[in-house]
Amino acid sequence: MYKFTKNIKIFSLTLIFLGALGLGYGFYSAPSSVEEAKEMVSNSHGDSHEEEFLSHDEDKNKDSHEKEVAHSNSTELGSHSSPDSSHDKHLLNQLQNRPWAALYVAALFFMMLSLGTLAFYAIQRASQAGWSPILFRVMEGITAYLLPGTLIILIILILSSMHLNHLFVWMDPEVVEHDKIIQAKSGYLNSPFLIARAIFYILGWNLYRYYSRKLSLAQDNSNDISNHKKNFQISAGFLAFFIVTESMMSWDWIMSVDPHWFSTLFGWYVFASMFVSGITVIALVTIYLKSKGYLEKVNHNHIHDLGKFMFGVSIFWAYLWFSQFMLIWYANIPEEVTYFITRIEDYNLPFFGMIALNLIFPFLLLMNSDYKRVNWFIVMTGIIILIGHYIDVFNMIMPGTVGDQWFIGIPEISGILFFSGLFIYVVFNSLSKVPLEPSGDPLIKESEKFEY
Amino acid sequence: MSEKILHAVYDDDDKLIEAVKEIRASNYKIDEVYTPFPVHGLDKALGLEPTRLAILSFIYGCIGFGFAIFMMNYIMIADWPQNIGGKPSFSFLENMPSFVPIIFELTVFFAAHLMVITFYLRSKLWPFKDAENPIPETTDDKFLIEIKFHDDGKDLKAVVEKTDVLEIRVIENKDSK
Repeated sequence: MYKFTKNIKIFSLTLIFLGALGLGYGFYSAPSSVEEAKEMVSNSHGDSHEEEFLSHDEDKNKDSHEKEVAHSNSTELGSHSSPDSSHDKHLLNQLQNRPWAALYVAALFFMMLSLGTLAFYAIQRASQAGWSPILFRVMEGITAYLLPGTLIILIILILSSMHLNHLFVWMDPEVVEHDKIIQAKSGYLNSPFLIARAIFYILGWNLYRYYSRKLSLAQDNSNDISNHKKNFQISAGFLAFFIVTESMMSWDWIMSVDPHWFSTLFGWYVFASMFVSGITVIALVTIYLKSKGYLEKVNHNHIHDLGKFMFGVSIFWAYLWFSQFMLIWYANIPEEVTYFITRIEDYNLPFFGMIALNLIFPFLLLMNSDYKRVNWFIVMTGIIILIGHYIDVFNMIMPGTVGDQWFIGIPEISGILFFSGLFIYVVFNSLSKVPLEPSGDPLIKESEKFEY
Repeated sequence: MSEKILHAVYDDDDKLIEAVKEIRASNYKIDEVYTPFPVHGLDKALGLEPTRLAILSFIYGCIGFGFAIFMMNYIMIADWPQNIGGKPSFSFLENMPSFVPIIFELTVFFAAHLMVITFYLRSKLWPFKDAENPIPETTDDKFLIEIKFHDDGKDLKAVVEKTDVLEIRVIENKDSK
């Protein structure tokens, strides 16, 4: 039985405290008027990242046609008053969005870690996998964060629909009034329906998590396998529910920050991202617990299998990323291609950097079979994958909310600190509640003897 | 004394692996094992070195990767620049995304085909080659261990008989072969 040590408690609470301080600073330093916003931008011209992107713009000037399209699109979104002041208003909205977006990106990322783990767990249950039951308690511990994580997202969505921020530009009635494309979508993209859908997804996911955990614990003290069978059934049902709601969740919570743009494989793309980061977290928590002397029966064969999943799903993620990018790049239809033009022009480093982090590093580091059995290799690659997929979420949200006013500064890092602290606290607290080994699982023997 | 061959036939892969371990523990060298399908863990039980095919596969993949880049550059940029969908046709880098599927496929193609050919060469297999397995049942449901020996083979037989063996045969080696 794992004991929730004082060190971890202090560590996670410190992270939460530091994160909360930094986020508070982010909200405090956001401009409240157009004048302040203009002043902030003129002061920050000396910033290194600004220069980098200015020089980059010159390279791209031959694509002036595409730039024009991107520009007209961005003014279209904010063209509710006269052109000059609309630009300033737009800038103010972007700067005011920054602490909100930093909070939202980190909240989404950590919620997706536990949601991806939940999907992996349900797949293990539904496929009756023989190798993984020994890790079920670790996965259940990680999915304990799902409830707080999803509720935080729900609160942010409710605050957005109360017009406390401009994360979702389609929630602003002034914008919708002048935007035919959003008007046509307003049957789906409207605040009450968004909140109702969010409650529906969150309820479904958490109900599965609650009952599956209950059945899993009940199986430990039972003589037959009825709990195991029931768990199999609800897991199969959950997977069908999940893949539909996950896809809709990605449209609602992520894709709709760019309300003009759409991509049909976006749900899969977001799923691949959360799936690989969830598996990585399982591996990291397992290795941590093992280094502390718990989970004696877990050996390098189990780590090897997690490593194979990290390797495979990283490539799957890259496949989807590229499929989405190449079709849009090749077709070059203005309303679609603006999505990638803003990212390549304003987010060049994170946009291409994440491909190195999410594909090239895991591909080369985890290709060798022997490396997947070395703990520090998995930890190193895992940290790279987690950073890469944070940047992936960053690239999904930031361009539609803060535009070119992005920076990974105090609010963003504080967001990561705050939610990682909360995540560690909830996960390890949950791990300490029950025995770390699901001793009653009918497949536990096979899992212990598992040999690659 | 001339060389003789002992054939021990098994009807289950778990029995086979146990037998291989016991025979090797008694310091006899197993020359060959014939199985109808790849038996997991048999290579470790036999003490074989890990395969180097994986390293070659990586090298073959790199060759395919390089060849695809050379080929697409020659076809689409250098030899006859082609304007497809208004993409810049004089620059490999700016046209690169459209070549990625081809580069990917050729990498896989080279790695897979050259690896299979290497495997055939290394295992001395080619079309119309005569089968080497001593009894045809090893392509169906039997597993066979082949051990060469020179003495009267009593000790060896005793060791093999202790395993869960189905049938033992001793064959005088034909020197013509």
